[in-house]
Amino acid sequence: MESSVTSPRLERAPAPKRRISRLALKDALSGYLFITPQLLGFLIFVLGPVAAIFFFSLQSRNLLSGKATFIGLQNYVQLFTHDPIFIKVLVNSLIFTAGLVPLNLVLALVLAIMLARQTFVTGFFRTVFFSPVVTSAVAWAIVWSFMLQGDQGTINQVLKLFGIQGPNWLRDPGWAMFWVIVVRVLKNVGMNMVLFLAALQDLPREHVEAAQVDGANIFQSVRYIILPFLAPTILLVMIITVIGSLDVFDHIMLMTGGGPSNATMVMAYYVYFTAFQLYETGYASAVAVILFLIALGLTILQWSLRKRFIDYEI
Amino acid sequence: MRSETFPRRPFPLHKWLGKALFYGTLALLSLSVVWPFWWMFTSAFKKTYEIFAFPPTLLPHTWNWQNFLDAFTYQPFALHYINSLYIAVLVTLGTLFFSSMAGYAFARIPFWGSASIFLLLLSALMMPPEVTIVPNFILMQTFKLINTHVPLIIIPIFGANGVMSTFMMRQFFLNIPKEIEEAARMDGLNRFGIYWRVVLPMAKPALAAVAILTFLFSWNNFLDPLIYLNDIKLFTLPLSLRNFTDAYGQPQWNIQLAATVMSVLPVLIFYIIAQKQVMESFTSSGLKG
Repeated sequence: MESSVTSPRLERAPAPKRRISRLALKDALSGYLFITPQLLGFLIFVLGPVAAIFFFSLQSRNLLSGKATFIGLQNYVQLFTHDPIFIKVLVNSLIFTAGLVPLNLVLALVLAIMLARQTFVTGFFRTVFFSPVVTSAVAWAIVWSFMLQGDQGTINQVLKLFGIQGPNWLRDPGWAMFWVIVVRVLKNVGMNMVLFLAALQDLPREHVEAAQVDGANIFQSVRYIILPFLAPTILLVMIITVIGSLDVFDHIMLMTGGGPSNATMVMAYYVYFTAFQLYETGYASAVAVILFLIALGLTILQWSLRKRFIDYEI
Repeated sequence: MRSETFPRRPFPLHKWLGKALFYGTLALLSLSVVWPFWWMFTSAFKKTYEIFAFPPTLLPHTWNWQNFLDAFTYQPFALHYINSLYIAVLVTLGTLFFSSMAGYAFARIPFWGSASIFLLLLSALMMPPEVTIVPNFILMQTFKLINTHVPLIIIPIFGANGVMSTFMMRQFFLNIPKEIEEAARMDGLNRFGIYWRVVLPMAKPALAAVAILTFLFSWNNFLDPLIYLNDIKLFTLPLSLRNFTDAYGQPQWNIQLAATVMSVLPVLIFYIIAQKQVMESFTSSGLKG
């Protein structure tokens, strides 16, 4: 009991100092041993590769032959001046993120606010909206690819009831990106929904009830009580969603393959495309460097924003 | 304006309307999730012509179980199932072990550089996996591990998934009372003994969360198998599913959907049984660093 009040170090104060420090040293050593596998794996499979892309990006490399020659900054010059696709890739990535993040956040917020009260019915709807999160992207993309077909797809069958003849959505350069965004939002919105729901659990109910007694309608409660309360969480979730939107690969690969006419070619997919379909690994590394720098920039932004607006510790 | 001017009858008309609007909106929104699943499950039993029928049939005319058998003869689907299962199990076990060990050290053992090393590890979480695929591929090429399951097992254990798990374990271990470790130390246990015999058995909720996330990650992983595997015998389920195509590359919809159902159903059943736990696992990972 007493040992819980006084720390062991104080308790053993009279003992010779060296013994304590040897104990601490032994402890520290075991600490290093404990983290060694994880740290080593991280160095080999994450940090090492990040250093490697900077190096590879200065080379002309072929995936199959493994031949590599040093060409300086030529890959970057090529990317920004001679590669008509890459500029499109940057724009597409921006469109993708700018489209996905607001749609995802608004839908997640609406769902979380609607489903905040715990009843049997809201429980059911929570289960429904979260279920795509655990489902594989491949399965989700297979189903949606069918539903977005030209003639027999569900979407067009529904539109036909209203007399509208929809295009073959995923083969239409004007629509493909829109649907990739929608399908990905529907797949992932449950994740942000549960994050908002978790935050809403701490919402002081009395405030909302008091406002209702004062005659505030539901929209006023949301506007003046719930949204301000959620503001830090919204910022946090927004940042996570922005960074997460950079790694869109599955849906692009499975639904459009970057097409039609590169309309859905985004950065993460372009890395894969140049490396594993064109076998230009040096060039792909240059793209990966840009992708990395964007992710890094967003992360630094995240840290500074969080320091300013959110008083969470890590 | 005030509440007294507001007759508080139990259910005035506008409340009924509000309720109808509320559930109507929810039901309409949920169609975008329910219908894809409904379509997937029912079409798996349909014949091809019925899948394309207009208007779509809500239930198949005849329950065509043959599709499910065809999935196994069309390609080595059973093998793909086993591949996915054993890989996911190994990834989960490996992740549980290494991440709990590292997470414990970061939370409870004071050593020089602990905080900075942990921060460095966290950087893996912001990195899109595509950033590292080229060097990792070349690394595996060098060690002749292309077209084996090794990359699919070790990269998740130590990559972003492993780091996320370490983070979750550390969060859990930060909150265990110090007296427990002290008592164990009095009993003569060393650090590994404390970790293995005392602390780890307490960590079941965190271990379960890590296990759920890791298993799902591995089971649904598409990018790594796509890059590392080209022998059809080695395929995992996500690769297998997009392989149900005819000679012209057109999907064999009914067989493909039967296979899709078989790959999704175990996960969904588990999710529906343990949904609270599953959602909490994802929540604890979402509010990460």
